[in-house]
Amino acid sequence: MLQGWVIAVTSFAYLGLLFAIAYYADKRADAGRSVIASPYIYSLSLAVYATAWTFYGSVGRAASDGVGFLPIYIGPTLMIALWWVVMRKILRISKENRITSLADFIAARYGKSALIGGAVTVIAVIGILPYISLQLKAVSNGFLILTQYPEIVMPAKFGAVPLMQDTALWVALILALFTIAFGTRHLDAAEHHEGMVAAIAFESLVKLLAFLAVGVYVTFVVYDGFGDVFERAAASPALAPILTPLEGVAGSYSSWVWLTILSMLAIMFLPRQFQVAVIENKDERHLSKAIWLFPLYMLAINAFVLPIAIGGRLQFPLGIVDADTYVLTIPMAGREELLALLVFIGGLSAATGMVIVETIALSTMVCNDLVMPVLLRMKSLRLTERPDLTGLLLGIRRGAIVLLLLLGYLYFRLAGEAYALVSIGLISFAAVAQFAPAALGGIFWKGGTRRGALAGLVAGFLVWSYALLLPALARSGWLPIGLLERGPWDIELLKPLALFGLQGLDQITHAMIWSMVANVGAYVAVSLAGSPSAEETRQASLFVDVFRRSGDAGGARFWRGKASAPDLRNLLVRFVGAEAADGAFAAYARARGLAWPREPLPADAGLVHHVETQLAGTIGAASARIMVAAVVKEEALSLEEVRTILGEASQVVMYSLQLEQKSRELEAATAGLRAANERLKDLDRLKDDFLSTVTHELRTPLTSIRAFTEILNQEPDIGVAQRQRFLGIVTKETERLTRLINQVLDLAKIESGRADWHESRVDMREVVADAASAMGQVFQERGIRVELKLPERVRAVSADLDRMTQVMQNLLSNAVKFCSPGDGHVEIELCEQAGWLRVDVRDNGPGVAPRDREVIFDKFHQVGDTLTEKPQGTGLGLPISRHIVEHHGGRIWVQAGAPGAHGSAGACFSFTLPLLRDAALEEAA
Amino acid sequence: MGRRILIAEDEPNIVTSLEFLMRKCEYEVCVARDGEEALEQIEAFRPHLVLLDVMLPRKSVFEVCRRVREDPRCEAIRIVMLSARGRDKEIAKGLALGADAYVTKPFSTRDLVAKVRELLPESV
Amino acid sequence: MGEFETRGQRLIALCLLGCLLFNYPILAIFNLPGTVLGIPVLYAWVFGAWAALIALMAWAAERKD
Repeated sequence: MLQGWVIAVTSFAYLGLLFAIAYYADKRADAGRSVIASPYIYSLSLAVYATAWTFYGSVGRAASDGVGFLPIYIGPTLMIALWWVVMRKILRISKENRITSLADFIAARYGKSALIGGAVTVIAVIGILPYISLQLKAVSNGFLILTQYPEIVMPAKFGAVPLMQDTALWVALILALFTIAFGTRHLDAAEHHEGMVAAIAFESLVKLLAFLAVGVYVTFVVYDGFGDVFERAAASPALAPILTPLEGVAGSYSSWVWLTILSMLAIMFLPRQFQVAVIENKDERHLSKAIWLFPLYMLAINAFVLPIAIGGRLQFPLGIVDADTYVLTIPMAGREELLALLVFIGGLSAATGMVIVETIALSTMVCNDLVMPVLLRMKSLRLTERPDLTGLLLGIRRGAIVLLLLLGYLYFRLAGEAYALVSIGLISFAAVAQFAPAALGGIFWKGGTRRGALAGLVAGFLVWSYALLLPALARSGWLPIGLLERGPWDIELLKPLALFGLQGLDQITHAMIWSMVANVGAYVAVSLAGSPSAEETRQASLFVDVFRRSGDAGGARFWRGKASAPDLRNLLVRFVGAEAADGAFAAYARARGLAWPREPLPADAGLVHHVETQLAGTIGAASARIMVAAVVKEEALSLEEVRTILGEASQVVMYSLQLEQKSRELEAATAGLRAANERLKDLDRLKDDFLSTVTHELRTPLTSIRAFTEILNQEPDIGVAQRQRFLGIVTKETERLTRLINQVLDLAKIESGRADWHESRVDMREVVADAASAMGQVFQERGIRVELKLPERVRAVSADLDRMTQVMQNLLSNAVKFCSPGDGHVEIELCEQAGWLRVDVRDNGPGVAPRDREVIFDKFHQVGDTLTEKPQGTGLGLPISRHIVEHHGGRIWVQAGAPGAHGSAGACFSFTLPLLRDAALEEAA
Repeated sequence: MGRRILIAEDEPNIVTSLEFLMRKCEYEVCVARDGEEALEQIEAFRPHLVLLDVMLPRKSVFEVCRRVREDPRCEAIRIVMLSARGRDKEIAKGLALGADAYVTKPFSTRDLVAKVRELLPESV
Repeated sequence: MGEFETRGQRLIALCLLGCLLFNYPILAIFNLPGTVLGIPVLYAWVFGAWAALIALMAWAAERKD
């Protein structure tokens, strides 16, 4: 059943499905409802790390080295733990600077250097080619092996095939077309490929499921569980060593360590990982799920590697079947056609996922950082004057994709057969590890310079070429093998596999040690030897201090010059189209509260920076810089000026925390002061009111006194009777004045707490009786009936006798004032209430309106305003009474009296005083 | 013919003194104890001058002044305000309300009489 | 920033722990013949420690405090 056409149709159907998923995701993204804005999709897309190498190659390596394949997956687990610190920073930097690729990132850091961008691109392309060829090899081998079913024949046996019959070439071309359809259908200003990410996430699921399926089949169907597999391995003399491999088979511990380090760097700096982790990231917060989901994915996909490897070794004699193909050949040997087909699709997933993302990432780099800067510099092309460059950009990218895959195929033809899958992949890992010093140094160390980065990259890359690429070509017969065995010109020290006599290490460890020494050494040494330019200093600050500043003001601070808004818009239109350009302008205007295009935008530093950032999102930082520089007249800032700006900024940052703290304290203090001020103002107003009222109250009797004295003085001829009457008035008003002054002083004394209190045991019955009899004459004059309701005896209270008498007199004279004239009635009642003594004074006057019941105890508040006659009195009696009662721990209030009994309900003034405790005991005794 | 004066004041002893002073000058005198009564008396008694206390119960002095000034028949009525509050602000406020003079309590009887005479010249 | 910094520090600590667990000399301790529940000691150690590390990372990365 597994004829060539069945496999081909299945494969195309699968690719069609992927395309449908991508198409759907793109449509959803256009509608603003992204399907990939999920931490789970993000984590799955990171699993593009697991390529055909993982899918086929891990088993191959495990079959000879045991655990030796694991550092490649443990390394990323360790690295991703650091992502919260490192990747979050890279994400923030990339978002703020609209970074389009790894090369763009490193170039932007070192002063938007086109040279650095180009160098990174060249290294990435050369370094990744073996890796792409690996995928081609895996897919075409898988296809060839599967078509031989039920025979199991290794493709190497076929010998050289004519070019046009080579499956790998067709695989390369189909993948190129597919990638072009995926990644360059249109030019996205933000360089997001949502469809691609959705498809990659789906592929990650497929390859995991396929691998788990074959794992379960080998472990539980072919054999009897893990125990059985390992038992058989231990029993076989050939296999026993791979169970404790570290000293022997897998090489030394140093090899393990270096592989871990290598893969730690690879997970960050493989162009495809940078693409999915940084460029396609939708939200920083997705990191917190990815940090454990992605390692979990790798744990799962590796769990069955060893059983499959052991199974293959047990099943096939050594040297007949390539261990890299066990995943496929074991199901074939077991006549499991469907499983074999599923495995092939899984492998296809792993390979296509890698190829698609890698070539899209590389083509962006080639276009933005290699081709465009060169084209833009070629004045004869007049590119800067072309109205629409989007077509050109797309063309370059599509060409780059085809070229990359053809180069990958070329490498496959030249060198591919000499190496196992894993070894090819590790060569690429070692190449991208060369980006680590410049990139990681760039985000944590401001001292790194453009020259330093370039020196490091070039030195590292040269060592890599010499120690890894050269031997690969030599072994494939393209260079004399003597170069490896004796060294160039027979110089032993320069042997590519034992540089400077360093021996006993595996090839990768050896190359990593020397390339890192050269790379880091050159980066640090050259950086420290020179000093950065103004542009580098400013970019260093933007990258290293990304968390310490906010918003887009960062870049704009450093620009000075002349520009015109229409020119800037035209520039943007040429690269991203009119619609996107207008969108970008409108967004900028909105953020500044301008109604563009009705109101013109000021062509200031902010706008220039905004346009440059937008442009960088399409053509990369270095090219954007060239384009913007062509339409604006920029005045270069000197290094000194940039340093000054940075110095100010860092001081501001340093002080801002303290300032925040201080301003919080100040706010609190201000609030306190404001409250105190309000209180003072209130008190002041009260004092003013009081003074004003007191003067008014004093002036009234004074007016009468002065008027009558003058009259008496000026009119000698008034009659005796009238004279007597007038003198009487003067005397009365004088008494009133004296009373008023006494009460004001009294109140002031009580309020300020300076009053003398002479507390003693007081029997309130006596106080009430005395006060009533003292007022007896007044009652009689007004014809007021007084009724005392006193119990036989009450318990004593502790009080100032004179003050209590004063309270009673105040209340009684108050009652007299308001009693209805003629049939006035006042009732005084005394009673005990749960530890309190209560005194009620009721009158049959007009009563007190509910709204006045509280305010009448305020100073000078007289209810007289609404009465026909102004009541007599100072308006201080009740306030003084309240102070006295409250001083004794009691309460005073007024309510409506009991209606009915004496006509009008009247008012009932009551106050309470606490009974003495020992008095209560005395009572009980 | 005699001039009529309305004394609008709630403090009885001040009323007594004012009544005495005005009678002495041979004015016809009438007394109102609150704002409402003052308005009624203005209508009934038709005084030529009102001695108006600023702090009258039952109707505010503002209300009384407004009513007097709005009534064309009362155009000729002179108003002298009496007040225990003597700040400049309050004097200005009283004059703005339409008072012809503002007298602060306690007042000099001589000055008050002089002011009333000035406002009520013998020949009209 | 406080929460983010704590999270970053916890994760850095876990990375260092991982470097320790998957390295000489600890790795050498488990490089022995013999099995644990039918699984060779070294594999049991590597996969067990790996799974535990992932669990700790999940805790550190997702914890909100």
